[in-house]
Amino acid sequence: MTAPDNRVHEPIDPDIDLRMRARRHELTRGQAPVVAVVAAGGALGAVARYGAGLIWPTAPGTFPWTTLGINALGCAIIGVFMVVITDGWSVHRLVRPFVGTGVLGGFTTFSTYAVDISHLIDAGRARTALGYLALTLVVALGAVWAAAATTRRLIARRRS
Amino acid sequence: MNWLLVIVGAMAGAPLRYLADRAVQTRHDALFPWGTFTVNIAGSLILGLLAGAVTYHAAPTGVQLLLGTGLCGALTTYSTFSYETLRLAETGARFFAAANVIASVVAGLGAAFTGTAIAEALWAH
Repeated sequence: MTAPDNRVHEPIDPDIDLRMRARRHELTRGQAPVVAVVAAGGALGAVARYGAGLIWPTAPGTFPWTTLGINALGCAIIGVFMVVITDGWSVHRLVRPFVGTGVLGGFTTFSTYAVDISHLIDAGRARTALGYLALTLVVALGAVWAAAATTRRLIARRRS
Repeated sequence: MNWLLVIVGAMAGAPLRYLADRAVQTRHDALFPWGTFTVNIAGSLILGLLAGAVTYHAAPTGVQLLLGTGLCGALTTYSTFSYETLRLAETGARFFAAANVIASVVAGLGAAFTGTAIAEALWAH
């Protein structure tokens, strides 16, 4: 057994300073900074969701277009974001928890989706409920797939 | 004030999702994203309960904004659910991808109905 050659993993890009600092953070600090940025990002995302609900309110018993739009947009952004930070360029270790877990997690919502469907069923609007259930799935999964695929293609084109 | 309630709720909900996800995911190394599944179902149950409480006038608007829009909204996520499903599909785990979608929707809806039913049992006159 030989010790792993760490030099191989050393960054070769010019922003070595930033990466070293990030690595020091990783060694000296635990989860507190991550939890803090997730909380801050979550608050930002939730405020954006709440604001969107005030601008485009949907009456009870009607199709929840605003929540569908919020979830579709959040899924499209996470598709771009995750490809950019995994295939594109490296970022500070707090960027992913802030944007991915915090902002986008706080912006999109699964609980409102589930409860809105149950309310539509309770109100006798089973067809609207089923339409909303299926359309959200199709649009959200389609958005994350299309966004990730397009971003990958753009990054590959820039490199070639 | 309303905005502040949403902010405070979300500042608890989002880290709770992060910590719950870590706690669940470190307990096993299965392919299935149990962490996100767990928070989404728990959040749907709480929001169903809360919506029921509002219907039966057992919860004021402030509580709805703090725990509903803020906490449950930030505790649950559609973006991570979608992204994890995409990753499963892309890595060849098509069965797990489909299972994640079906199980999340069925269990989430069941949790929402259960929450409402509990609220009815507690607060309906």
